[in-house]
Amino acid sequence: MVGNTDGQASVVVATGLERTYGEGDTAVHALRGVSVQVAAGQLTAVMGPSGSGKSTLMHILAGLDKPTSGSVLIAGTEITTLGDDALTKLRREHIGFIFQFFNLLPMLTARENVVLPLTIAGEKPDPAYFDELIARVGLTDRLTHRPAELSGGQQQRVAIARALVSRPTVIFADEPTGNLDSRTSNEILHLMRSSVDDYGQTTVMVTHDARAAAMADRVLFLADGEIVKETGRTSQGEILQIIDSLDLQ
Amino acid sequence: MIRFALRGLLGRKLRTALTAIGVVLGVALVSGTFVLTDSISSAFDSIFTENYKNTDAAITGKAAFELSGDSAGTAPPFDQGLLAKVAELPEVGAAGGAVGGQAQLIGRDGKAVAFGGAPNLGFSVDPARPEFNTLTLVKGAWPTAGQVVIDTKTAEAKKFATGDTIGVQARGAVQRMQISGLVEFGAVSSIGGATLAGFDLPTAQQLFDKPGKLDQILLAAKDGVSTQQLVDAVQKILPAGTQVRSADDQAAEDAKGTSSFLTFFRTFLLVFGGIALFVGSFVIANSLSITIAQRTREFATLRTLGASRRQVLNSVVLEALLTGLVSAVAGLFLGLGIATGLFKIFDAAGLTLPNNGLVFRTRTVVVALAVGVVVTLLASLRPAWRATRVPPIAAVREGATLPPGRLHRFRPLGAALLAVAGVALVVSGLFVDGLSTGSLLSLLAIGVLLIFIGIALFSARLVRPLAAASDPVARWSVLVLSIVAWPLFSLPYWLLRRGFWGSGSTASRVGGLLLGAVLNPVLLVIVALMAVRRAVSSWQPEWPAEFPGVLSDRPAVGIGGQNSRRDPHRTASTAAALMIGLALVTLVATLGAGIIKPFEDAVDKIFSGDYAITAQNNFSPLPPTVAAAVAKVPGVDALSSVRGGQGRAFGETIQITGVDKQAPDVLRFDWKSGSQATLGELGADGAVVDADYADKHGLAVGSALPLETVAGKTLPLQVRGIFKPPAGGSPFGSVTISTSAFDATNPQPLDLYTFVSLRGGVTAANTAALQQALSTFPNAKALTREQFKKVQSDSIKSLLNVLYVLLALSVLVSLFGIVNTLVLTVFERTRELGMLRAIGLTRRQVKRMIRHESVITALIGAVIGILLGLGLALLLAARLDEISFAVPTGQLLLFAVVSVVVGIFAAIWPARRAARLDPLEALQYE
Repeated sequence: MVGNTDGQASVVVATGLERTYGEGDTAVHALRGVSVQVAAGQLTAVMGPSGSGKSTLMHILAGLDKPTSGSVLIAGTEITTLGDDALTKLRREHIGFIFQFFNLLPMLTARENVVLPLTIAGEKPDPAYFDELIARVGLTDRLTHRPAELSGGQQQRVAIARALVSRPTVIFADEPTGNLDSRTSNEILHLMRSSVDDYGQTTVMVTHDARAAAMADRVLFLADGEIVKETGRTSQGEILQIIDSLDLQ
Repeated sequence: MIRFALRGLLGRKLRTALTAIGVVLGVALVSGTFVLTDSISSAFDSIFTENYKNTDAAITGKAAFELSGDSAGTAPPFDQGLLAKVAELPEVGAAGGAVGGQAQLIGRDGKAVAFGGAPNLGFSVDPARPEFNTLTLVKGAWPTAGQVVIDTKTAEAKKFATGDTIGVQARGAVQRMQISGLVEFGAVSSIGGATLAGFDLPTAQQLFDKPGKLDQILLAAKDGVSTQQLVDAVQKILPAGTQVRSADDQAAEDAKGTSSFLTFFRTFLLVFGGIALFVGSFVIANSLSITIAQRTREFATLRTLGASRRQVLNSVVLEALLTGLVSAVAGLFLGLGIATGLFKIFDAAGLTLPNNGLVFRTRTVVVALAVGVVVTLLASLRPAWRATRVPPIAAVREGATLPPGRLHRFRPLGAALLAVAGVALVVSGLFVDGLSTGSLLSLLAIGVLLIFIGIALFSARLVRPLAAASDPVARWSVLVLSIVAWPLFSLPYWLLRRGFWGSGSTASRVGGLLLGAVLNPVLLVIVALMAVRRAVSSWQPEWPAEFPGVLSDRPAVGIGGQNSRRDPHRTASTAAALMIGLALVTLVATLGAGIIKPFEDAVDKIFSGDYAITAQNNFSPLPPTVAAAVAKVPGVDALSSVRGGQGRAFGETIQITGVDKQAPDVLRFDWKSGSQATLGELGADGAVVDADYADKHGLAVGSALPLETVAGKTLPLQVRGIFKPPAGGSPFGSVTISTSAFDATNPQPLDLYTFVSLRGGVTAANTAALQQALSTFPNAKALTREQFKKVQSDSIKSLLNVLYVLLALSVLVSLFGIVNTLVLTVFERTRELGMLRAIGLTRRQVKRMIRHESVITALIGAVIGILLGLGLALLLAARLDEISFAVPTGQLLLFAVVSVVVGIFAAIWPARRAARLDPLEALQYE
């Protein structure tokens, strides 16, 4: 375990991440040596303009992509060298995902979508926790509906419940509000915030929405493949100022 | 995971159903074949068992060697004195003798009564021995001397009643007999269309030319005597040339001929079921590949949620398994319908099959289900493996596509190697001598299979150039077909819809309606139904519709043409299904054309006389009395019959033929040694043999050739001549002897053909004279050489037609394959279609765009298929002397046109779906 500034345990530790696409003259350096530690029980936001490398960083942290060099530890396991089977096992135990486009399975009901990670792992949900979770995301009367019968906000709630249901070490959220209107975005962000506060759910969120970042305990700013600034919990206005000062947008 | 797969299938019902159609049809043909042949076989079994219901044992004549069931030659009858002798045995309770044979019933129109190709059975009946009588008297009385009982079906169909007189012809000329009664076989009114004629014993013996002889003695054991004891007792007193069997053995023996035919028939039909399944597997593999590509994001999401590759693989395979199972079950039951349909088709084609109700065996269920499931599973393996290659990161990428497989680069090479290996197998099967039929056929089958798969995989490479070349062809052929269809379809459709719910003045609408109804009455019914549906439901068919035009639409067709080249792999595998069907159809057509020509040449070479006398059905042998009657015609210069039978020489049973002294004047041989004159001077011990047989046994002129005949006598023959039979086949057996020698040793001889020359050659007067002579033999007819060639090649052509019908099934499967791909493509391009509509493409243009893509795909399949079929035909023709290579240009053009029509039909539904898309919704679609 590597400690961070607050002395809390870090569940994700990335060191010297570099990611290069292509070769020679056409090579694109998406990440140029990024080191980051994610503290347990915190909501960490990664901000940056398009092409800053924030999505690449999240993909690598979550084991979806491999870095050209550098290392990533999740719950103490080096994941950059893991094979497909080990990585699959790691995902089941330690990682949850929330997507911009929800990525629900259209033929399954809301309930089935929520418990899908457990179904895949061959486990049964803890009924008490499941009920509480569903109540918290406000889906109690929507459990038998298919995604097509749900609004965008409701779909994202299903996705959040799905990420929380297996109580993973860390949840990665990729622009969770990118496809929602502002009111619904707000609800979703509060939901994510409360899951961090109430369950101590470690969450990493990639976003370019200052309002979303203002919910985070810690905000990392990325530009041209490098972390250029980092702040603790702060206001939306301050975040916008930082963005302006960094000339990020 | 099971639930997940099941839900996935239910969520894509339509796509799954379309995918499965190939398997449903293939399995249906397989199960239909089993049901059909099982039903026929059980019907025959019940007939044969019924025959011996009160019989413990049967005595029959015994041929000197086992006769092969499918050709001329019968066991000799035996002396009727045996009956009295066995009846005296203490073990025998009852004994009845009988004779039988072919007996034509002659209708009031003077023509022989025949139902399909079924036999015309004649036999003696003994009312004094009811226990052995399998006939049930329905009406009238049992026959006395000079009387006949006939079956109820013939009586009904030909309007005969008891007391009427009917013509009966067996081995002699027609005799008029009084109908004493009507009978049925057991309780069945028809044994597969066979006509029945029963006589008293002396009449039957006279009719069948077996005076004082019997074909069979049926025995019942005395009480307390076992069948075995009975058989043993009879065995002791049997003279040579007879044998005794228990009733069960005899029934099995009787069934042998039919069961070997049924086995062949079953295999024949199963081959076509297999072809349909093979084509179906392409459709499945292709549809699954497309569906899986479209579900990339879904699989990736599953992976991010912790699903392993194995789980993804399992879910796809499980889906395939369920699809296969459901479609196999559907196919199984459809097979019952197919069996019923086949019974009707064969009935209509003149081959009535016995049917006592459909037989549905467990084996049918097991095989049909297994075949359906296994084929679907195999077809799903590659798409399923591809699904496991979807990386989890695809979950966060929009428009993610499947990564190319690791072996992607080697695919064309591998495909080419596969095809080459296939060709190598076919070539080695054809040209390596001494292979058994089994290994030859499996080499050919596996080789052709590999060729198909190899070319299907490789053809992705050919799609771009072929699509470019097909583009104008598709344009023009669709234009021509549209012009043809315009007055019969497009115009009346428009007029009728306008008449029912369109705009315009009442007068013009009614006028249009009437015109439309005259042009196409079928459409009137369809549109009337549409009008009813429109009136009672919320359904609103589009109107105003544009006035139907035929000119092709450049922009729409242009995009359609481009679309067909967009994903060459998809286009290629869609076209591959049609390619297989067309390759086989082309092969059949080319071989058909290649068989007829050498056959006609052969007739010209051998047949130097003026007329040939054959049975009405062109193939049944005729009794020699026919030739004798023809010989009496004034003006006959020369006449020779060709007797056909079996003999045994050098330890094997062979076909033998017999010719008359005058043969040199009506038949011409290509002599290797000997001359035409030899043919007329065979005498009691001369023989001519064909060149292959001579080579095989080292025979030369002067060689001794001991030939054992059916009656058990050995003829000490001497080879007098060796001839080369023409490539197109000859009616002659391996050994040909003189008619007198043939008749002396073969009981009940029959003529395969009779050839005759008359003074003046073919003239109307000569034809009339021959017909006059044949008037007492309604089953015979006289044909000139040209007519003879025509009727013989017509029978080849009707066989070809059966093959076309069976292959049409695989073309149908491939049509569904194209529909499937197009529907999936439309689904995939929803956004793009919305964009096209938004920027101004009309509905009709969208339809034409999709139709064009479909027609191009069909043409690609047609071109590759036809070329492949020609290639295979070329290989076969190079190997087989009986077949020459002839390109049936007209038929091939027809096949190409049919492919275009397949393309047009396949596009109808997907194009309608695409045209119905609301541009706005299409753009919003996520």
